[in-house]
This record gives sequence, C-alpha cells and structure tokens, in this order.
Amino acid sequence: MPKSKMQQYWNKNLKTLFYLLVVWFVVSFGFGIIGVDYLNQFHIGGFKLGFWFAQQGSIFTFVILIFIYVVRMNKLDKEFDVNED
Amino acid sequence: MEILTWTYILVGLSFALYIGIAIYTRAGSTKEFYTAGGGVSPLANGMATAADWMSAASFISMAGIISFSGYDGSVYLMGWTGGYVLLALLLAPYLRKFGKFTVPDFVGDRYYSNKARVVAVICALFISFTYVAGQMRGVGIVFSRYLEIPIEWGVVFGMCIVFFYAVLGGMKGITYTQVAQYCVLIFAFMVPAIFVSMQLTGNPIPQIGMGSTVSDGTYLLDKLDGVLTELGFAAYTSGRKEMADIFMITLALMVGTAGLPHVIVRFFTVPRVKDARLSAGYALAFISILYTTAPAVAAFGIYNTIESVSEKKVDNLPIWVANWQKTNLITVDDKNGDGIVQYVADKEANELTIDKDIMVLASPEIAKLPNWVVGLLAAGAMAAALSTAAGLLLVISTSVSRDLFRTFRPNMSEKKELRIARLAAAGAVVIAGYFGINPPGFVAEVVAFAFGLAAASFFPVIIMGIFSSRINKEGAISGMVTGLVFTLSYIIFFKFISPELNTKEYWWFGISPEGIGSIGMFLNFFICIVVSKFTPAPPQDVQNMIQEIRIPRGAGSAQAH
Repeated sequence: MPKSKMQQYWNKNLKTLFYLLVVWFVVSFGFGIIGVDYLNQFHIGGFKLGFWFAQQGSIFTFVILIFIYVVRMNKLDKEFDVNED
Repeated sequence: MEILTWTYILVGLSFALYIGIAIYTRAGSTKEFYTAGGGVSPLANGMATAADWMSAASFISMAGIISFSGYDGSVYLMGWTGGYVLLALLLAPYLRKFGKFTVPDFVGDRYYSNKARVVAVICALFISFTYVAGQMRGVGIVFSRYLEIPIEWGVVFGMCIVFFYAVLGGMKGITYTQVAQYCVLIFAFMVPAIFVSMQLTGNPIPQIGMGSTVSDGTYLLDKLDGVLTELGFAAYTSGRKEMADIFMITLALMVGTAGLPHVIVRFFTVPRVKDARLSAGYALAFISILYTTAPAVAAFGIYNTIESVSEKKVDNLPIWVANWQKTNLITVDDKNGDGIVQYVADKEANELTIDKDIMVLASPEIAKLPNWVVGLLAAGAMAAALSTAAGLLLVISTSVSRDLFRTFRPNMSEKKELRIARLAAAGAVVIAGYFGINPPGFVAEVVAFAFGLAAASFFPVIIMGIFSSRINKEGAISGMVTGLVFTLSYIIFFKFISPELNTKEYWWFGISPEGIGSIGMFLNFFICIVVSKFTPAPPQDVQNMIQEIRIPRGAGSAQAH
C-alpha cells in the first residue's frame, strides 16, 4: 500500500479511537466521579443518577463502545482494502 | 440432601468436567502450549478471557467490599471493566498482528534490546506470582468452609487439579477448561442473586431490583442510606474518599488491567486481528454480567444482614450466623450485656464484626435458599479461582521457557522448550501452593498494588511502542524503570516503612498508595518521550515493523522466532 494511503487509514483509525475514548472518559470519570454529586440530584427509578453511572451505566457503555469499535474498524479495513480473509 | 453432600457432588462433577476437557485437548506443540495453536473462535476466547480475568477476588470478595464501602466501591467496578476498553482499542489488535507469544516478546523486539526484554520478564513474573498466591488461598478457603477439611489440604488438592490441566494442556487445555469454568461461575453467581432480588424487590433481574422498592414501598437504596446513617455510618450512595483519590485509583486499576500479561496473552490465541477486536468485546460483555450484578448483591447483602441481625436478641439469631461464627468470619460480642446485638459505626460500642467475604459466600443461607444453591456457589468460587490460577501459571511458565531460556539459548529444540515450559509450570504451582498455605501477611495488599505496578511499567511502553515510531530503547527502558521505582518506593514507604504516616495529610496531592500507579504511569510517559527526543531514532527495520502492525492484513497465526 502506498505511504499516503497508509497514513490516511491510520489517521482515520486515530480519529475513531479519539471519539470512543472521549465517551469512555465522560461516562466513567466525568459522570461517575467528577460530576457525581451534581448528577445525584436526578433519579432513574430508585437510583441516584451519578451513583448509577458509577456502578452500572459506565459498564454498559463500555461494552457498547467496544462493539461500535469492532463494526467501525471492520468497515474501515474494507474501505482501505487491508481487511483479512 | 445435606449441604455437604450437594457440595461434594457439584464440586466433584465440575472437576471431572475440567479434567475430561484437559485430556481431550492436551497440547502437542509449543504453539499449542503457548497460544492454543491460534485457532480459538472469538466467542470461546471471550468466555475464556472472562474466566481468566474474574478471579477468586471478583467472585468472593468484590461484592462484600462494595457492601461496606458503598459508592467508594465503584472504583473496582469501573476500574476493572474500563481497562477492557483500553485493551480492546489500544492494545489487542496490534499485539495480535505482531504475532508473537508474550508481552516481553513484544517489548524485546519493538525496543530491539534484550535488556528491555529482561526488565519486562521481571515485571511479568512479579505481577503473576503475587496474583497466583491469592488464588490458591481462595481455593483453600472455599475447601475449608464448604467441604469441612483443613485449609492446607484444600490448597494441596487445588494445586493437584491445576497442575494436572495447566501442565498437561498448556494454553489449549486451559482455554477450553476456562470456557467451561466461565459457565459454571456465572451460573453460580447469578442463581442466588436472582433469588435474593426476587425475595427483596419482586424483580428477578438484580440490576433492576437494586433500583426498585422493598416491601414497605420505599426504594431499597434510599432505605439503606437511611438505615446506615442512623447507625452512624456514611450513606451508602455517597463517597467517603477524596474525589482526586477515587479518580486516581480508578485510573490505576483501568490502566493496570490493560497491562496485565495474563490478560493480554489471551488475544494471541485467535486467528485474525478482527477476531482479537471482537473477542475483547465478547470478553467484556461476559464480564459485565457479573460486574453489574455484584453491586446489586452488595446492596442486598448489607440490607439483609442489618435487617436480620441488628437490634435482634443475641440468643435468637438466624442459623447462618452460628454457622459462619465457626469460621470466625462473623463475630458477635455482647459488650454492654443487654442481650441485643448493636451494629453501629462507633468501634467501642459495635458488637458485630462481619468479614467482607460473607456477603457472597453466605448469601444463599441468609436468603434461606435450597441446599443445592450453596453447593453450586462453592463450585463457582472454585471455578473462578482455578481458571485465573491456570492463566497466571501459563504466563509464568512461558516467561521462563521462552523469554529467559530461548533468549539465551536460541538453538534449543522445540521439544526441549516444551519440557522446560512444563517444568516451569510445575515449579510455579508448588511455589504458589506454598504461599497459599503460608500467606505472607501482606499478600492481599500486594495483589492490589500489582495493578499499580503494571500501570506504571508495562502500559506506557506498549502504547508508545505501537502509536509512536520515534520512541527508542533508551526512552523505553528509562521510562519503565522510573515508573516502577517511583511507584514501588511510594508504596513501600507508606505501607512498610512508615505505615503510621499512611493518612490523607501525608499523601502527595491526597493520592493513596493504591492510586499512585497513575502518577507512575504519567512519569513513565514523560521520561520515555523526553529521553527518546535526545537519543537516536529506532533503526529502519523496527520502524517498518511498526508500520506493519498497524494494518490488519497478513496477520497469520502467532509465529515462533
């Protein structure tokens, strides 16, 4: 693969990683730790919202993030013709 | 049937299953021994990774820790799952493409230096040994409580089982046994949790039950907050630690998770890069079933315990209290002689002490569930401990046979290498068993710090090795050494030299020794970058290799040198 194309693939990869890691940071460190007291004034069911993010919400989001990454990268690999099989 | 009979039957059946699988899938070559021949499906690998990762501590202790620390316990929940996002996005696919067998392999090749490789081997061995000793102890505790045999015999028996299938089966045997162990452990964890959730809140899904109302119509968590503050404790849903400390501990656990060698090595067993990505997703999905249930078990446990023991007559306590008093995991001491149990925050007046492990181990008895559930729980706890122990033993044996022997004796035959790997695994089982029977007083603490050390040593060097082609061996070695020495000194100072100073006022920036690995990691990154700037760039063939691991095509299976 030509160098410029390779660089393009890599930059797109980095961009994907950046967005996903921003979400990763926001749901755990943002909602679960830094903003926990503020969010605790809101409720979902019997949970205070900040507490829910710290003990449940962040974990569900993590799982979803990885699957989004899988789908997105498989697409990117095909687009740049670097996919396997 | 009696609890004991059920326990023997269920634990016995599960062991027979593991041994059967191990015989059926035993390894014939080094490739099968190290990476299961690289032919494991992403789903199976995800399950195996989940079992590998969830140790006796996750299964037995984590819910109990959360019971007694409430919101502060979130550091473990977020820390031990969030690390998988880093692992899946930043490490697994690239290390799979790199296509060798171990983490020191990568460090040694990427930084073209045997010195770097040896530093990495030492880190890997240190982390794995502290961990495995804790697992063996877990096996011993389960045996002694449920099968009513001495803890020493429990450990020896556990050693024999692990020895049998790890030494015989290698990675291939371990992988398929772990798949079975995942099924056993998750079933065993969920059944009592679902029953308890039904009893307390009427909702069979513990994750939802935790946010539902109890019989008197108030929300469980609100009621818990009220009861605890009345007894003088902090509210369940609010934190006691400083925010900065919570932040740093969570970060250290996340990054440490991503740097643990026995987890990383699992991603070498799948056929393609895309399978490595997918199997990290499956692994976290399987892990999250337990990790989102654990906080519910924690809240139910502390609620049930207070309801059934606090302010009750000393001579009329539920039967499970008497059962667990025999193991000293729970003690009742009627200090003021009024015949009633006072459970309060004030240490002088408190009459009830409960070990954190009770919350899971006694949960079927507290909720008056049928006897077979207790036996099932024993089999599950055993599965959690054995699967993690086996994964760690494999890292130890691989580090010795491959990263040490192969480095200095490159012409060794494959048969000989396999023999050394098996011998090393056998030796490691014996050493781990010894520490399981005679645990040094600081084992539990050392296990927690293994994460900080993994965060401060491995993580930055692997990340930079993939995402920068400018970082060279001088930068990597000085970074790893700085991170390790800094983190280790801080921990040793506060934990072993001056434990009396181990309080908020003396910590740097209010960060406890548990969270200091995060600072070590930043230091490692910083030193690594600065030193590399002033020393020559890596040679061309290394730069080509970095370009090569960034694209998925052409991964092939893991290769020997």
